[in-house]
Amino acid sequence: MAAAARPGPGVDELALLEKLLGLPKGNKYGVQGERKVPVLQTNNGPGLTGFMTIAAHLVKQAKKDQLLGSTAEEKAVVQQWLEYRVTRVDGGSSKEDTRIILKDLNIYLEDKVYLAGNIFTLADILMYYGLHHVMAWPLFSMLVVTTAAAAAAGRRRVSHFSLGRQAGGIPGQDTVGCSSFSRICAPVLPSFTIQSH
Amino acid sequence: MRLRVAAGGPAALKVVAAAGAAAAPVRLVWGGPLERPLAPLISPWVPALELDSGTVLFSPNAICQFFFLARGEEPTDLTNQWLEWDATELQPAAAAALYTQLVHGKKGLEAVEALGKLLAHIEQNLSRRGTAYLAGDTKSVADVVVWGTLFPVLQDQTSLPSELQALRTWFQSMTLLEVCRKAADSVLTPKALLEFKSYLQKQPPPSLAMERATSNEPEEEEGSEHVLTEEEITAAADAWARGAAVLPKPWQPQKPVLPVEGMRNILITSALPYVNNVPHLGNIIGCVLSADTFARYCRLRNWNTLYVCGTDEYGTATETKAVEEGLTPQEICNKYNAIHADIYRWFNISFDYFGRTTTPYQTMIAQDIFQRLLARGFLLEDTVEQLQCEDCQRFLADRFVEGTCPFCSYEEARGDQCDKCGKLINAVELKNPQCKLCRGVPVVKPTKHLFLDLPKLEEQLEPWLEQSWATGNWTANARYITRSWIRDGLKPRCITRDLKWGTPVPLDGFRDKVFYVWFDAPIGYLSITANYTDQWERWWKNPQQVELYNFMAKDNVPFHSVIFPCSLLGADDNYTLVNHLIATEYLNYEDGKFSKSRGVGVFGDMAKDTGIPADIWRFYLLYLRPEGQDSAFSWSDLMVKNNSELLNNLGNFINRAGMFVCKFFGGTVPNMVLTPEDKRLLARVTLELHQYHQLLEKVRIRDALRCILSISRHGNQYIQVNEPWKRIKGDEKDRQRAGTVTGVAVNMASMLAVMLQPYMPSVSLAIQGQLCIPLDCFILSHDFTCTLPPGHRVGTVSPLFQKLENDQIEALRKHFGGGQAKQSPPASELPPAPATLVAPSDPQLIQELTEEVAKQGNHVRQLKANKAEKTQVDTEVAKLLELKKQLALAEGKTPEVPASKGKRKK
Repeated sequence: MAAAARPGPGVDELALLEKLLGLPKGNKYGVQGERKVPVLQTNNGPGLTGFMTIAAHLVKQAKKDQLLGSTAEEKAVVQQWLEYRVTRVDGGSSKEDTRIILKDLNIYLEDKVYLAGNIFTLADILMYYGLHHVMAWPLFSMLVVTTAAAAAAGRRRVSHFSLGRQAGGIPGQDTVGCSSFSRICAPVLPSFTIQSH
Repeated sequence: MRLRVAAGGPAALKVVAAAGAAAAPVRLVWGGPLERPLAPLISPWVPALELDSGTVLFSPNAICQFFFLARGEEPTDLTNQWLEWDATELQPAAAAALYTQLVHGKKGLEAVEALGKLLAHIEQNLSRRGTAYLAGDTKSVADVVVWGTLFPVLQDQTSLPSELQALRTWFQSMTLLEVCRKAADSVLTPKALLEFKSYLQKQPPPSLAMERATSNEPEEEEGSEHVLTEEEITAAADAWARGAAVLPKPWQPQKPVLPVEGMRNILITSALPYVNNVPHLGNIIGCVLSADTFARYCRLRNWNTLYVCGTDEYGTATETKAVEEGLTPQEICNKYNAIHADIYRWFNISFDYFGRTTTPYQTMIAQDIFQRLLARGFLLEDTVEQLQCEDCQRFLADRFVEGTCPFCSYEEARGDQCDKCGKLINAVELKNPQCKLCRGVPVVKPTKHLFLDLPKLEEQLEPWLEQSWATGNWTANARYITRSWIRDGLKPRCITRDLKWGTPVPLDGFRDKVFYVWFDAPIGYLSITANYTDQWERWWKNPQQVELYNFMAKDNVPFHSVIFPCSLLGADDNYTLVNHLIATEYLNYEDGKFSKSRGVGVFGDMAKDTGIPADIWRFYLLYLRPEGQDSAFSWSDLMVKNNSELLNNLGNFINRAGMFVCKFFGGTVPNMVLTPEDKRLLARVTLELHQYHQLLEKVRIRDALRCILSISRHGNQYIQVNEPWKRIKGDEKDRQRAGTVTGVAVNMASMLAVMLQPYMPSVSLAIQGQLCIPLDCFILSHDFTCTLPPGHRVGTVSPLFQKLENDQIEALRKHFGGGQAKQSPPASELPPAPATLVAPSDPQLIQELTEEVAKQGNHVRQLKANKAEKTQVDTEVAKLLELKKQLALAEGKTPEVPASKGKRKK
């Protein structure tokens, strides 16, 4: 029942992801229901429904399966964060929700480079897409401030999400992970830097 | 690896089942919800899988996925799709359904109805693919995940509609799997479920999830929405154009209100509250508040209306209470009657007269009805055995006797019931009975009593009932209770009592006795009216002209539908009998019952100490009026309804409409040039208005309130789409459009003020004052007409509602108990209501400022990116901060903490 109505933000992100993965254009999308759940139209059958389902499908289509994790553990972790993205990040709308999500992530990432540990995955990409709009808001400064403090203390921790390409200069930062993130994301992500208050 | 699960939590089921299904080498650790969470993201009820690497998985679906992955079963597009659907669609709906089952006690079938569309989705997929399992012919992770979400709600396939054949078969085959059965047995134990239930009860209802679940069905909503015809649109536009002049003038009855020939004369009673009980919220919504709302509605319809009520004061309980408090019964009645009157005044109950039953008129009318019954042979005499205390010189009511229980030998059993074994006792069977007052030993004495011969009156009762049911509005429960009473057979009922505090029986041989309260109390309606006007018979002996509405909770039905009508039919004096018997179900408090002795629940005299205005109480109680089924008062729900329906929906709309007139048009309603779109809106509002009338005419008070909220929702949408705050800055055409939209909106607000009056009289009055609505417009017709024409001047517009804060509500919940009433602080220590009004969100100013903040923010970022000079950056940052401060002020927030500000919600 995919309607050819105005595509939702999910569809835009999927188009962005296609570009990032180097896929040729040509996939057709629709949306379904009130929440504008994206539907990938396929030649056979009713198509694929759901943002994370389609995203995983695109990764496989682009033969970049490593972005879904290699081991069972990594795969499950990626799955978990994709789910977190579509249920918590997309579901939350209030300032309070956003605050909790950022706090959750900040604590979770305390001892990790990426969401799935040391490897960069689809979860990082989609979490970035899902969160970058809040970065324009002062709220995000909370994450940045604590990150900077932790980095200054010499702990290895991320906010690749927040620090983007600024991070390279901070001592103790995992610059490899950071640059790989920005290398992958740079072509498609809107450029931004963090404003300090 | 260790799998920690909290038994009882619904998510535990699927992970335990999946571990079994994938034969994962996992160590199960059962914990309660109080286990320290393993990672910040984990709610205490969600299972957690600790892997040997130290990684913790907290998503139930990801844990299931992991077990299958570890066994080499890779996900496919199809299994992914099911897992995502489960997480985003099914889980929220199932959680909401489970909440209504466990907390609101809804039956399984109703909960399944809420899941209807989602169940149909599974059915369609199974039958279209023709496979046995969700993702093919073999079981996969998808089956375990979806089954695990559904099982806690459905329990077995019999609660599924039979037309969902494929789903039933699949669900049954899953439930029969050994791993699933075992998981269910170990997770959903009765004890664990209880624990989970009590946890849920402390959580706010997952209303968001439910709304999302229903708003997933736009096709259905649009389908069920009435399609406007051209005729309806034209009619609505014509009615609008006719203006206030065509409204009938509000009827101002003479005082006292008496029936008027040619008018609809409505007599309304609410069940007489027993004098020495302070009414709780359930009593208030069941009787006086429901009747008040209806009475106000009737008056707005220009129906000639009289609403009477009063305290029921005679009887054993008053005597007991008097002994307890060391007062005379009359003093007790005076004291408590005043408490009742105060409470109802605070709730703004618009009685025409609030009286009492201890008056000379009561004696006169009750004795007259008695004499007429006696004369017509409807009274029987019989002898019963009763305990008499010779010292106190009186027969003892059951609760005035104590003794040894004849069943369990408990020594302090009461005359009516044993507190130890709980058995009902006939007082004369007590061993070693004692008078509770003087501790003397009572003796069994025969005593004569009079009985109302109900079997003989039945032949008059039945045809009357048939006729009343055919022509009147009786609620379904009232009909049902009455029917079952008659079916069980009517027996003679004793109407006299060996008491002092009551209406004396005017018959030799019975002069030391009084009437039993159930015979006496309903006569109070007549005597209270008589105390209001000496022409009371024009109301009560005038069934040709008067329509009688009785409001009550369902426990009172038999007295009003069988016994009292029998008394009046037997007395045969052309009495007005009930035409419409309106009975509510029960209102529970949080998860249990109101209990004065345990200090649980909100009682009428405490409501004002909460700092929450009477109209908010009225709104919430009417919003959850137990129409058709029991409902439950919940503090968090009260907060949600106040903040969403009143503040964000209704209050926001009325405030915006008024503010636009003030800000953009200098307080004068502008000219309006209606477009076809506006006319459709008029027709849509008219439809809601018609629905409102239809529902209220059937006394479906709760449902009619939804129509009001729907109109303001239409209004908000109308403003949002047309953006008058933008158009006012545009060209001539745009400005005209802004004027039209503002004018239509403020007229909607004006009509809402009238429609709201029965529910929230003070708020209605406030709107009337703010918009200067002519008092002649406070009348309800079937048309939505332009009552505030171009040129009309409005007054000062200000916010109508306050936000309720979580802390405040939590403190109130604690204070009033709710399962765990401990030492409650005195009312004076209650948190004060927040003093700050939520400022009107002037969307135009906010939008402008938001844009400027964004612009300045970009500018600053640009400067920094270009490595501009520090001084220049600092100046621009200062400007940015100032703008943000202004924005915060405009949004009605405290500007000191700009760091905590989030995205503006529109």
